[in-house]
Amino acid sequence: MTTTQTAAPPANEKPAETRSWWRDDASEPLRRNLALFAVLILLIIIGIATRPDLYSDSTWVRNNIFTILELASVIGVVTVGMTFVIIGGGIDLSVGAIVALAGVWSTTLATQSYGAGGMIFCALAVGIGVGVVNGILIAYGRLVAFIATLAILVAARGLAAQISGKQTQVSTNTFINDIAANDLLGIPLLVYILAAVVAAGWVLLNRTTFGRRTVAVGGNVEAARLAGINVKRHTLLLYALSGLCCGIAAIMLTSQATSAQAAMANLYELDAIAAAIIGGTLLSGGRGTIIGSLLGVIVFATITNLFAINNLSTEVQNMVKGGIIVAAVLVQQFRYKSLSQLFNRA
Amino acid sequence: MTSPEVNDAAVVLKLEDVVKTFPGVRALDGVQLEVRAGEVHCLLGQNGAGKSTLIKVLSGVHRPDEGRIEWLGGEFKPANPQSAMKAGIATIYQELDLVDDLSVAENAFLGHEPRRFGFVRRGYMSRHTRKILTRLGHGEIPPGRMVRSLPAAGKQVVSMARALSHDAKLIIMDEPSAVLAHDEVGNLFRIIRDLTSNGIAVIYISHRLEEIREIGDRVTVLKDGRTTAANLPARTTPTRDLVSRMTGRTIEYVFPEQSTQDRGEELLRVDGLGRTGEFADISLTVHSGEIVGIAGLVGSGRSELLETIFGARRPESGTVTVAGKALRPGSVGAAVRAGLGMAPEERKSQALLLGEPIYRNVTLATFTGYARGGFTNAGKEIAEASRIADALELRPRDVRKPVRTLSGGNQQKVVVGRWLLGDTKLLLLDEPTRGVDVGARAELYQVIRDLAARGVGVLLVSSEVPEVLGLADRVLVMREGRVVREAPAGELDEDTVLDLVMAGSLQAEEVTL
Repeated sequence: MTTTQTAAPPANEKPAETRSWWRDDASEPLRRNLALFAVLILLIIIGIATRPDLYSDSTWVRNNIFTILELASVIGVVTVGMTFVIIGGGIDLSVGAIVALAGVWSTTLATQSYGAGGMIFCALAVGIGVGVVNGILIAYGRLVAFIATLAILVAARGLAAQISGKQTQVSTNTFINDIAANDLLGIPLLVYILAAVVAAGWVLLNRTTFGRRTVAVGGNVEAARLAGINVKRHTLLLYALSGLCCGIAAIMLTSQATSAQAAMANLYELDAIAAAIIGGTLLSGGRGTIIGSLLGVIVFATITNLFAINNLSTEVQNMVKGGIIVAAVLVQQFRYKSLSQLFNRA
Repeated sequence: MTSPEVNDAAVVLKLEDVVKTFPGVRALDGVQLEVRAGEVHCLLGQNGAGKSTLIKVLSGVHRPDEGRIEWLGGEFKPANPQSAMKAGIATIYQELDLVDDLSVAENAFLGHEPRRFGFVRRGYMSRHTRKILTRLGHGEIPPGRMVRSLPAAGKQVVSMARALSHDAKLIIMDEPSAVLAHDEVGNLFRIIRDLTSNGIAVIYISHRLEEIREIGDRVTVLKDGRTTAANLPARTTPTRDLVSRMTGRTIEYVFPEQSTQDRGEELLRVDGLGRTGEFADISLTVHSGEIVGIAGLVGSGRSELLETIFGARRPESGTVTVAGKALRPGSVGAAVRAGLGMAPEERKSQALLLGEPIYRNVTLATFTGYARGGFTNAGKEIAEASRIADALELRPRDVRKPVRTLSGGNQQKVVVGRWLLGDTKLLLLDEPTRGVDVGARAELYQVIRDLAARGVGVLLVSSEVPEVLGLADRVLVMREGRVVREAPAGELDEDTVLDLVMAGSLQAEEVTL
């Protein structure tokens, strides 16, 4: 685009061409993700330092990687949906409750009688259905997303308890139960599902008009509206998408436990939001990446795994997780600033 | 007020070779400035010349990379805005930084509330605020009133009260008249004169040369982050000199020549449109290739009218017809499909995704059209946006840069350019040149004229009467939600329109303040 014709380019445009990639606005998400990679490597180093005996066994290391990814798979799928909702300027507190309701509904004796296809259809339909209810309340009922999804959280858990009669419903469907138990080419099937959802989410966000609308609506809702974008319909679709992800997660979780109950997927909303935030998604909307969210989920799963291999309690683990969230956000806020200041002096 | 005292008065603020760089931009590149006690020092420059950065350096938001700032004889290095305030430099920003849900007194003393035993001395605060307000000539504003309920002029007074509550010796005003109606500007000047007569220095920033002539003592001109002229006499320096120092070329405040072509068929017909409390019984037409201007003050219902025609507000009565077909009321989507486009009044909050690249902002209304099977076509979008960028002489040309980095005039080009991509038949422009510098203004005028020459109808709203008269073929004057006059632009002059626009606004002012 550089034209030699233009007379005397203004002096202040010159440094723009010579500035390095880390000062470039477009590379900002990449920088964020690199930081998360650094955290991941640090966690692995801690793992090696604390359990050198395990890490010296290459088969164990390989299996442990898949253990971590499997651990990340269910919450990862939920987080993809959550990332879309947050980039679109909303929040979905009801994801854990939707997973539970979809899981319970798809494992009732009546639904199980339709076989695996019926169960999967039921879980996805329940997920999308509750998501649409969220969307209608928020887009057309003009409720604040926080309030609407909080109400649906409570109501969906209640409905799940009602349907299940507060009992654990065992899945007798071998197809469903085998999903979590089986591998393909040595990689757990759940990891394939996560990969597929992440890939689909990435394409949807970065390559489709749906993704573009999401960024526009979340970035500046008034500008989107005045450019002719149907903001209400898009908002509804975002929550439906989040519900769909919850439906998929419900099947995965049911398969892992070979059962479903009203209390399952407890506090998943917090894990998903936290993963999206440390992955660089702006809570006020308009900015975020699927890869960042995935890395966020993997960081959390790696921490959980680190505590497990060291036989430490989950209580300490939760405290560390809280600390990581704060640290990650602080680092992201200060890093760019201090870096550019540092290099400006030089 | 170029008086001998000012010339002899002590220099309170002196900047030498101040430099401030941001990643990729040298925002200040050697600024010199000298302000004396009791003078109104005007700062002139195009958008992007570095005025805003300079203000932020003086108010402690940014720290300069190089250079020296002297304040009252000592070196001035504020760590943050609070310490600048404490040192006696107060800033009144264009977007007033008041807390809407606090009272007038709480805003005036925000951050330095008078305290005793850890409790705020509310009575003292209230009394003191009243004293300051009276000094500002606005004793009628109750200190206990919520700031939200005040009109823009009232809020500005509160901002000034805050500056005085700090005992400021220098007040920086960033385009203070931009939020004011015509007759409120006189009051602002009265306050400024009162301040300077007490030895307080004022740095006054405005795009309006006539204001600088009226209130200013000396002028410093900035261009591309550098001081190009310092301490010119505000009243006697010829306009041509000022403009040429701002732009580096001599340009007049000219409008492109009016086209003589006959107007085409009727594009837009508005019949009896009304919304309670905003406007009533509005009927108008816009023909293909015609520019229709609406003159009116802020609050005359003009912006609301435009938004209603565009479907962003739902009319309570009346109809909008585009090219013979009735438009579905209250649907922006339907309006865009019918060939309408709008550049709204507030660029940043209503039109732009500031963090997104230029091209995505240009294609915001059309990207679906380039997409295939739901997949966006970034290559095509960048090509189309670059075409628009070339046609509008956008700076910078690289459309992958975020819109945030553009100056106001260039951001406005992005918003207008958005509607040049689709097959827009009718363009609604709300204050298209607000906050746009002289050079970019002339370019925008040319763009609007070119559009009309291509058969696009334009409905233009502006509070600057010369702009409406210079640009439009036909003019509608709005006052208090009604059209009070409609005539070809040639039959009206500035005084007549101003008279029509302002009549009755004096009574209205008493009610609101």
